[in-house]
Amino acid sequence: MIKVDQEKCTTCGICVDICPVSAIEISEGVISIDRGSCTLCGVCVSVCPVNAISIKRKAKTEDTSGYKNVWVFTEVASGTLKPVVFELLGKGRELADKLDQKLCAVIIGSGADKFIDELGAYGAELIYMVDDPIYENYSTDAYTSAISQLITEFKPNIFLYGATHVGRDLAPSVASNLGLGLTADCTDLSIEEEDNLLLQTRPAFGGNVMADIICPNTRPQMATVRPNVMEPLAPDENREYEVIERKISIPSRSVRTKILETISGREEHEVGVEEGDCVISGGRGMGSADKFEVLDELAGLLSGVVGCSRPIVELGWIPKSRQVGQSGKTVSPRLYIACGISGAIQHQVGIRNSDIIIAINKDPKAPIFDIADFGVVGDLHQIIPRLIDRLKKR
Amino acid sequence: MNFIVCVKQVPDTTEVEVDRESGTIIREGVPSILNPFDEFALNEAIRVKEKTGGRITVLSMGPPQAQEALRKCLAIGADEAILLTDQAFAGSDTWATSFTLARAVEKLGKYDLIFCGQQATDGDTAQVGPELARQLNIPQMTYVESIEEIDDGSVICKKETDGGYQRVKSGLPALLAFISTPAFEPKIPSIMEVMGAKSKTLSQWGIDDLGDEDGDYGLDGSPTQVIRVYSPPQRGEGVIIEEPPEVAVDKLIEYLESEGII
Repeated sequence: MIKVDQEKCTTCGICVDICPVSAIEISEGVISIDRGSCTLCGVCVSVCPVNAISIKRKAKTEDTSGYKNVWVFTEVASGTLKPVVFELLGKGRELADKLDQKLCAVIIGSGADKFIDELGAYGAELIYMVDDPIYENYSTDAYTSAISQLITEFKPNIFLYGATHVGRDLAPSVASNLGLGLTADCTDLSIEEEDNLLLQTRPAFGGNVMADIICPNTRPQMATVRPNVMEPLAPDENREYEVIERKISIPSRSVRTKILETISGREEHEVGVEEGDCVISGGRGMGSADKFEVLDELAGLLSGVVGCSRPIVELGWIPKSRQVGQSGKTVSPRLYIACGISGAIQHQVGIRNSDIIIAINKDPKAPIFDIADFGVVGDLHQIIPRLIDRLKKR
Repeated sequence: MNFIVCVKQVPDTTEVEVDRESGTIIREGVPSILNPFDEFALNEAIRVKEKTGGRITVLSMGPPQAQEALRKCLAIGADEAILLTDQAFAGSDTWATSFTLARAVEKLGKYDLIFCGQQATDGDTAQVGPELARQLNIPQMTYVESIEEIDDGSVICKKETDGGYQRVKSGLPALLAFISTPAFEPKIPSIMEVMGAKSKTLSQWGIDDLGDEDGDYGLDGSPTQVIRVYSPPQRGEGVIIEEPPEVAVDKLIEYLESEGII
């Protein structure tokens, strides 16, 4: 049900211009909506400057049969595509093949066209592009409107977002706007054999249990996906793709938040802990902040990056951007070395996808040894300097 | 100013353990706590109220025993609490939860800011805040660490991003979802405050108070369905050594070589 509060409405006409199906008109000073052509995409609701339009939705898609294809939201940060985009395309490719549907990327931005070759190389067959200066910086309002409009027009079956700060801000906003189910922070996705539904797997209770979730009655089936879990395809520039561009202009006054300042939390070219192929983390057993220098040295020898557990951030020794675990970053390096980390379940959740886990801890009962492939019970202050010496001699 | 703080009572996940034999969760004896993210959000609301004046209403949906968490909020400094509790709300996913909270917020009437925790530590979805904001059609800011400025018409927040921080301004009313800062130490209410909380209003609202909209609440109103819950797959058994440092390092080097790392 869509309703206009005529008392609030100033007949400014923004909704008339933006409605993708021209269902709104002003006649005799009153807004009227043609319910036959209205698709309930919600764009008018989000652009109305006086909140005069409202939609009451049921979380149910009336006819799910017309919904096809697997969509991936393309997140851009600091002028490059986020690595999770390639991971989503890798998983999306598998799902699309299984369903015999197309894999599509959705890119919204200002100057978005410079990324389309890359999206094609990583497996997108169809790229939906919305390019306008209003999308230069991410805003919940503008991006929710644009995506809602694309979904309403093109009816995707599945829509995946990275479980990043942006993805976890945007996906629930879209889900709520369109009355859709959404599963957060998935670590696995597959297609159920019997009914072709998306089976979404995610951890809960701090990683103590796993849950399988389906979304039978709403389309698209939406999920945010944890970064660093899915495998990207090897890029191939010979893959063919097609671009569909849509012009969706959102008036700037409909974007209700304004970024005043952006403060970078990391040095330029610094490799984030979630991007490292080898991650060496220190915990409370390190003893003091200056002891992390040996981890830096070890990281230098193994081409790794240094991370830490939560208590270290609380002590203020290392910035939060380097925290590994449930309330920090999830990592999936080739090699993870946990030094003086007891390995609470919240830490384990963040490292479980590492190929190899090495733990060094003086407490033989530390839970980190439960998930370590190779554990050394001993004093890390004795072991790591010796390890560094040996590696230097090689 | 009128502030609404949405909170949830959760099991203390640091106390949750998995039975290694059966692979099931041991729930017995696991204490319930106020979701730590919500506690941070409430403290931020109290801090702001000290400057602006106003009233803080805490809102929660949950079983009757969630009253306990609300009593704590009242002791910490909230003025009034409302528990949305009804058999009809059981089994709500994030969509149905935000739908129910939105009906309650509408019933409460005029408000300036809604405070939420970024996520609850049991489900970790981080979805209810943004879904509630969109249901109410108000602007949202997520991953907020602090409110820097607030006046009658706007708020400026410091929020975390994947790569650092942003300072963001929004008009009011708005919804803010808070992360916790490492330096945050939860306030422990005094005996006087605990006693004082008993004279504050704690109401219970059920489906009849919110308006019966058939099939929109609880399990029926939830588009997502949990079909299976199980314990996470264990990694294979590892090798654990306990040797003098020299020997341990020899073996470690050997292991790194055998895995092709060096």
